[in-house]
Amino acid sequence: MITLVIILVYLCALLGLGVISAARFRKTSDDFFLASRSIGPFLLLMSLFGTTMTAFALVGSTGKAYNQGIGVYGLMASWSGLVHSAVFFLVGLKLWGLGKKYGYVTQTQFFRDRFGSELLGKILFPILVALVVPYLLIGLMGAGITVQAVTAKSEAFAPNGIPPWLTSAVICAVVYTYVFFGGLRAAAWANAFQTLVFMVVGVIAFAVIADALGGMEAAIANAKPERLVREGTISQLHFASYVFIPLSVGMFPHLFQHWLTARSAKTFKTPVVLHPVLIMVVWVPCILIGIWASGALSVPPEKANAVLGIMVGKFTTPMMSGLVTAGILAAIMSSLDSQFLCLGTMFSHDVVFRMKGQADLSDQRKLVLARLFVGLVVLVTFLLSLVATRSIFDLGVWCFSGFAGLFPVVLSALYWKRTTAAGAIAGVLAAALVWVVLFAQSTGKESLLLGMMPVSFIVAASTFAVVVVSLFTKPPAQERLARFFPSENQS
Amino acid sequence: MLLALVLTILHQDFWNWDDPSLVFDVIPIGLFYHASYSIVVALFWLWVVRVAWPSELDEGGHEEEHS
Repeated sequence: MITLVIILVYLCALLGLGVISAARFRKTSDDFFLASRSIGPFLLLMSLFGTTMTAFALVGSTGKAYNQGIGVYGLMASWSGLVHSAVFFLVGLKLWGLGKKYGYVTQTQFFRDRFGSELLGKILFPILVALVVPYLLIGLMGAGITVQAVTAKSEAFAPNGIPPWLTSAVICAVVYTYVFFGGLRAAAWANAFQTLVFMVVGVIAFAVIADALGGMEAAIANAKPERLVREGTISQLHFASYVFIPLSVGMFPHLFQHWLTARSAKTFKTPVVLHPVLIMVVWVPCILIGIWASGALSVPPEKANAVLGIMVGKFTTPMMSGLVTAGILAAIMSSLDSQFLCLGTMFSHDVVFRMKGQADLSDQRKLVLARLFVGLVVLVTFLLSLVATRSIFDLGVWCFSGFAGLFPVVLSALYWKRTTAAGAIAGVLAAALVWVVLFAQSTGKESLLLGMMPVSFIVAASTFAVVVVSLFTKPPAQERLARFFPSENQS
Repeated sequence: MLLALVLTILHQDFWNWDDPSLVFDVIPIGLFYHASYSIVVALFWLWVVRVAWPSELDEGGHEEEHS
């Protein structure tokens, strides 16, 4: 019961934070969508980190380390430290500048304007939505399953625990409440709070479990020796080709929106530098717990995602179990809020405002429509979570591969003047086509192709299509290029 | 660019691939290497933002021109 009380206290704290941030809400659509582009370095760091780290950072990393050992850190964490910061610096900063200059709120607006192509916008919009929705469902369903597993052990809810639909409904209501009142500013505040929660809880759980196992020395001495190396679990090619997965952050629509909230260019310095450190702080304890578990538990490999919960339940108190559950929910919700908001923003800006005409809508009307659309997105996601099967979890890494496959399009749009609208469209279609073919041939879960991550082939196909088609089509007009490459055109 | 390339290559620490030895008796050397790698990456980005920062963005190079 104490576990449930802690979860409820945590959710109430989030609502309280929403109320406080609502007091700072300026009641304009610009504040709702982009926090009036006023977010400072600390909030940007925490919201970018919280948004990119899903529940996988806590639950999945421990489970994967239990099955595959230390190599999981190199695959997912240290690559992300290098690549995420590179994307923030090379793509995020540049898009922030262009967004401020031309008033973009969504990615589609940028691409339509950069290439003067309505068709590109029409192709990109459904692809981005289709890639975000499974990602949202994974978070929502993951929260339901986590709370059900934890509460099934309590007397009040045994043996089945709280049904997942109820947890999903409560989480949707909490997230929608603070987003409704405070927009992206509330989401940024909540993300900062939630990120601190899951970082602190992770470190505390690590210390308590280490103590219960007789200290770190004893815990590692009991671990399976094969989990201390990469030999036999991860090949060199697999390890190297994972570098393409973190490129996905360059095309996350919700991250694009967070980038635009920055107060100034300098605001980006803190996230660019400290993001790899935060990744290390969260991931190293989780990987070690997973390795320790290999000697302390006998959980079947297919149930490895339960390892963190079992370790916490077995070696700590019910209160600690409640805190870890709150930490897992924090990791999930810090991504959910941004994703709900970004889908609402995309539907309102890229569909409704365009159909009705921006000039014909008052700011208050835009605000009402935005809140309505975010609400509709939350409702539809909740309803989908009721009918979706657990096989949706297998789609996780494929969503990242899809976003990463689109990365060459944004990179060339920002740095290669010769990129044409046809080239960008070809890049998007090539990524989508190769994604569909490889996904159809896979077993659904993370699988390798010629020893490499499938994302390698998606990125290669997209890059090839952008370059070849751009070179064989008419170069872009000088007037358009002058808007996006002003300094190079002056020289 | 050269430093970024070096960091990318250093990520592939094949020399630790099958080494089970422990650092301070508590952390496998492969994990210790990559945790340290994360710190080095942060220091690399600290250097990048100091020497290669696009200062034109700070100076308001992008004037307001909302479409």
